[in-house]
Amino acid sequence: MIDYIIRRIGYGVLILIGVNLFTFLLFFSVNTPDDMARMSIGGKRVSDDAIVKWKVARGYDKPLVWNASASGVEKLTDTIFVARSLPLFALDFGSSDSGRDIGYEIKQRMWPSLALAAPTFVLGVFAVIVASLLLVFFRNTYLEFWGFTFAVFLMSISSLFYILMGQFFFSRVLKLVPISGYSGGSDLFVFLALPVLIGIVSRLGSDSLFYRTLFLEEIGKDYVRTARSKGLSETVVLFRHVLRNALLPILTSTVAVLPLLFMGALIMESFFGIPGLGGYTIEAINAQDFAIVRSMVFIGSVLYIVGLILTDISYTLADPRIRLR
Amino acid sequence: MPKLVFLATDLVLFLLLAGVAFYAWHATRTPTLRQTWRSVLHDATAMSAAVVLTVFLLLAVLDSVHYRPLLAPAEGAAADAAPAYSTKTLSLLDALLSGPRESREKTYSIPLGTHQFSKESMLVDGKSIRDFPRLKFGGAGLQNPQTDWAPDVISRSVTGLLGGALAAAALWWAVALIRAKSLAVPVGNSLRLIWRCQTDVPWRAILLTASVLLLIGGWIAALWPHYHVLGTDQTGNDILFNAIKSIRTAVVIGSFATLATLPFAIGFGLAAGYYKGRVDDVIQYIYTVLSSIPSVLLIAAFVLMIQVFIDKSPNLFETGLERADIRLFLLSGILGITGWAGLARLLRAETLKLTELDYVQAARAFGVSDFGIMRRHILPNVMHVVLIVAVLEFSGLVLYEAVLSYVGVGVDPSTNSFGTMINSARSELSRDPTVWWNLLAAFGFMVTFVLSMQLFASAVREAFDPRARAFRPQRKMPSQSKLAITAREQGR
Amino acid sequence: MLQIDNLTTDLDADSGMVRAVDALSLTIERGETFALVGESGCGKSMTALSILRLLPDSGRVSSGSVRIADVDVIQLPESSMRDVRGRRISIIFQEPSTSLNPVMTVGRQITEVIERHTRISGEAALAKAIEWLGRVGIPEPARRVGDYPFQLSGGQKQRVMIAIALAAEPDIVIADEPTTALDVTIQAQILDLLTELQAAQGMAILLITHDLAIVKKMAHRVAMMYAGQIVEVASVGEFFSAPLHPYAVNLFQALPDTAKRGQRLASIPGSVPPLNQIFVGCRFADRCSNVMDRCRNHPPQLIDARPQHAVRCALYDQTNANDSAASVFAAAPDLPPDSPAGEIILDVRDYRVWFPIRKGLLKRTVGHVKAVDGVTFSIRAGRTLALVGESGSGKTTVGKALLQLLRNAAEISGSVSLQGKSLAQLEGDDLREVRRVAQIVFQDPFASLNPRMRVNEILEEGVASLCPTVNARQRSDRIAAMLDRVGLRRDALTRYPHEFSGGQRQRLAIARALAVEPRLIVADEPTSALDVSVQAQILNLLKELQHELGVAFLFITHNFGVVEYLAHEIAVMKNGKLVEHGSAEQILGRPQHEYTQSLLAAVPRLNS
Repeated sequence: MIDYIIRRIGYGVLILIGVNLFTFLLFFSVNTPDDMARMSIGGKRVSDDAIVKWKVARGYDKPLVWNASASGVEKLTDTIFVARSLPLFALDFGSSDSGRDIGYEIKQRMWPSLALAAPTFVLGVFAVIVASLLLVFFRNTYLEFWGFTFAVFLMSISSLFYILMGQFFFSRVLKLVPISGYSGGSDLFVFLALPVLIGIVSRLGSDSLFYRTLFLEEIGKDYVRTARSKGLSETVVLFRHVLRNALLPILTSTVAVLPLLFMGALIMESFFGIPGLGGYTIEAINAQDFAIVRSMVFIGSVLYIVGLILTDISYTLADPRIRLR
Repeated sequence: MPKLVFLATDLVLFLLLAGVAFYAWHATRTPTLRQTWRSVLHDATAMSAAVVLTVFLLLAVLDSVHYRPLLAPAEGAAADAAPAYSTKTLSLLDALLSGPRESREKTYSIPLGTHQFSKESMLVDGKSIRDFPRLKFGGAGLQNPQTDWAPDVISRSVTGLLGGALAAAALWWAVALIRAKSLAVPVGNSLRLIWRCQTDVPWRAILLTASVLLLIGGWIAALWPHYHVLGTDQTGNDILFNAIKSIRTAVVIGSFATLATLPFAIGFGLAAGYYKGRVDDVIQYIYTVLSSIPSVLLIAAFVLMIQVFIDKSPNLFETGLERADIRLFLLSGILGITGWAGLARLLRAETLKLTELDYVQAARAFGVSDFGIMRRHILPNVMHVVLIVAVLEFSGLVLYEAVLSYVGVGVDPSTNSFGTMINSARSELSRDPTVWWNLLAAFGFMVTFVLSMQLFASAVREAFDPRARAFRPQRKMPSQSKLAITAREQGR
Repeated sequence: MLQIDNLTTDLDADSGMVRAVDALSLTIERGETFALVGESGCGKSMTALSILRLLPDSGRVSSGSVRIADVDVIQLPESSMRDVRGRRISIIFQEPSTSLNPVMTVGRQITEVIERHTRISGEAALAKAIEWLGRVGIPEPARRVGDYPFQLSGGQKQRVMIAIALAAEPDIVIADEPTTALDVTIQAQILDLLTELQAAQGMAILLITHDLAIVKKMAHRVAMMYAGQIVEVASVGEFFSAPLHPYAVNLFQALPDTAKRGQRLASIPGSVPPLNQIFVGCRFADRCSNVMDRCRNHPPQLIDARPQHAVRCALYDQTNANDSAASVFAAAPDLPPDSPAGEIILDVRDYRVWFPIRKGLLKRTVGHVKAVDGVTFSIRAGRTLALVGESGSGKTTVGKALLQLLRNAAEISGSVSLQGKSLAQLEGDDLREVRRVAQIVFQDPFASLNPRMRVNEILEEGVASLCPTVNARQRSDRIAAMLDRVGLRRDALTRYPHEFSGGQRQRLAIARALAVEPRLIVADEPTSALDVSVQAQILNLLKELQHELGVAFLFITHNFGVVEYLAHEIAVMKNGKLVEHGSAEQILGRPQHEYTQSLLAAVPRLNS
């Protein structure tokens, strides 16, 4: 087991190196060291001398990924890529274009993101399971037909509409909650209630249809027929037999996204003025701040890989077929 | 003769239409495909959705035939002088809707309004007063808006609806007549059969949907020349016109981005599943890397890259429209390049299963080449997965466009799209009094479009993936006599 | 005990309304084993599900009654029906590997029934479950009660399934093909277990099967079904000694065994009619050799031709006096004697196929699954070698590896030569040259033809690839000839595989292999997915081909009837090794190895 996890982590590091190389090439082809120098020195007419000086001072004078003039292993290591990537693995993100410490910002903004994403996620999964179980329980009735159609309708609406409409009705018309903003302590609930609600509703349609197909797939299996042949009631069949089996893929797909909750909800945070990582990312994109974007890509990938590993572990724990092998 | 202009996305769209036409032709020739599609054709919901989609698609196609109009020869120019063309590129749709397109107001006005939404200083009888000015075009024909507006709108509405109803009736009759001809029954009977849903193709649902669309169309046709049916936006543009123009953007993004994923997804998915081993490892590595990067960030990076490219090479594009168009084109491409991992994974799994099947083994025993096996034996048997994912993806991409535009990495701000409409709606909703019609228009059009697509997609999915069987109302058990009739028909 | 009257079940299938069971009536007495026998699709499983009211969503019982101790369970409300299921009547399904809940311990799956239908619960129920596990022959029941199904073998899973079915001590147990998914030795054990338990519990068994030998071994009375109807009901003794219905008579003649060597098998032409139609005459009329005019337009009734022996056939209708029926069933013609064996076509020496088990990031090989481990045999032209073994013995792997289909997947050592050419080192065109010599026919006729290709494309593919010198014109001539040879009409060329029945598809697969004019055909269980009547057609065809073309067969199978009928030589395989190898007479008559003996002893037989 430990052996297995170590192997998965090894693979994760391999993936991260790939991610880094990819984003590195992407960003540096958009924003070359020369561009950076010109930007940071400022002014319209920047002498080539000044650019070279700027690059030397910051170590940008090296080749990007392959240093032909160096010798031995330094051909690979004495490059901008390695110089810029290695600190990331130590979670040292450097500073943004505006000169602020990215690592500090991330630590600050992580918690509001989580405060929004975690309840949305937990309540959302609960709501989706209930909705999909209802759809399955009433299968082959008109209740299911309309439920299905309603779910399709829900998923045909852009999440932006949910936010705009929600803000309009609950904040402007009914004045129940503030339109946006964030503060810790007891007001937290007031600020988070609406975004959480919207977050749940906007995913309800598509997710409950997805879970429904998982349930229906299980229901068609032979062991369910066996369970019915024992004289068990439909509720027992559904909860004791079908749910356990269908929960396996559900569990693992949920565990996979757990770590990503830290990344926050991009749109939601930006609309509701929640100072989390999602909003941070959007600001960075709008300001074309590549240092921040690269850091966020790195964190996102790390969390994704952690999610993959957690998925494997949870599968081994939940499924006797894998655990006992 | 105006000068035809082919934008990159136009070409793609026409290519795509040709592709769909080819597929349709192919499907009618292949019994298995014909059989499967027949169950889509017999699904009332799917066919109603298809009617709506056809209208949307038609609008998008009309909006994709671009030209630069010929300018009237300059006075005194030689008769054989080279013709001069306008710098503005128009589409057929622009030409058809030149009325609403050109009737630009100053700023916001409510749907069917006669006055501007905000007050303005005006000189009336030499005195300067602040009031809501009359619109230049909306309701311009009215002498006294206060009293004339309601009767005018009502009478025009009635005329429009009547026209729509007439057209709808004509359509019902035409369909009934054609069916009557082929079945050799009186038109009345044919009409009754349609109304009682006793037709294979659900004509009643199709015709009802078409009738609703015709009624709406008739109403719009009657009012639009005289009013801004859905109001105007901040810069006074007609919102209904904007919304209709946005359809093309949605169609291009949805279809082309899906199309762009296919080469990667099919190529990598099949190769990974077929060769297994190292090839599989490498391909899995690539798509894990790709999917571990948060998609918005990945797309943002690419979009910033193309923005730099576009900014650096301004000479490449003759008009602003072309520039905006190339951005749309590249954006769709990016969505394709970044979005293939999911489908590739599915295709890999499916290919793994197929390679174990006996007919693939038989082909190997015949020494058929790897490429031959993949082309003849594997690809045709995974196309249903491709089709299902493609139709499902389509609507997701239309929704995604709005999010990307909000983040600032979507289409060019000058391109009409649902995303840009919603984007501006954010500030409009916080105005007092609220400007709600822009958002409402975007909502209405987008939901209609996406919902139709989703319903159609779920029917396609049901037909091609037996595991996804959705609810099907239990057919009534036919009585013996009816069974006998069907048996006889089959015998024929 | 169980009385079924006029049970009619309809299914809403894609092809329209299907009457899966049509006015079926039967009674089963206490302690009796009643067999319902028939080919696939005849409605026997649907009958079982109708009795329990466990039909799929698309099906329903449209009329008739099912009385258990005078209560019509069809009329019961669903909640009362649940008290019946498991308690009064329970069922054992065919596929033990999917019929148990994979994430629930077997103990829990048994206690569930006990707790549902008796007052026993908790520890007491668990003790009862352990007792049942012991009774169905699971060793160390107290330990295995906490196991999950995947930890048990296939036979053990079926034993657990039996324990579940019997745990609430029902009056009637329906056994729906209880041994079809199991190997022959396990099958014998399970059947014995059922007999034992019946003696102890005194329950009635409704045994549903397609295997006449099992019926003979197990049942007291038997009903034969055809196309949704019962066509014959009799005691087992009478049914097997003097079957009446032409269908039953034909089936017995179509079963391959030693006695029929050198004869053609009587095959029943055509296939079972689709059930989405109204029948105006006898459903068997189109395939019947004794068909009369009245069969076409008068549906025959089930009549008592003899005491306690009912049959649905106009031949026995007294009002329609006719010659005695039995005379019409003529014996099948003999085949010409086998031609002498030719030169050695295939020679296999010390062949090993090991599948590597890879582990770790770098996928190092840490071990091997030795699917084939040192096999030596040879086949001469015009001869048939039957490779016999139970599932997992590696017999299929031998076939695939010989044809060089496992090159990338496994580590292969030893030598194979086809017509004297060693295969292992060949690549590209040289390999293709040799591939012409050996071809393969697979088990599943539905998986072996690409559903998206037309028949002519399917048949042409091999010729185009392996015989590049044959031009398009010759190619289509050759294909048409092959189609004639396997007995299909030429209009088949432009059709798709799904338009053909299982037997026809298998003919296509044979035609495809023959089109490249091979000297050896590896036939991997070519008839095990087919019904007996169709199997006979295919076996006849294979025999004919061997006579005419001198093809050699490597016949991979687990079916001893087929082996006895067809094989010249037999090789018995177990765990990747050949345990015994010799002429058919020798292996079948004087088996030396213990395993061969136990295998032969386990095969249920009609004439014992």
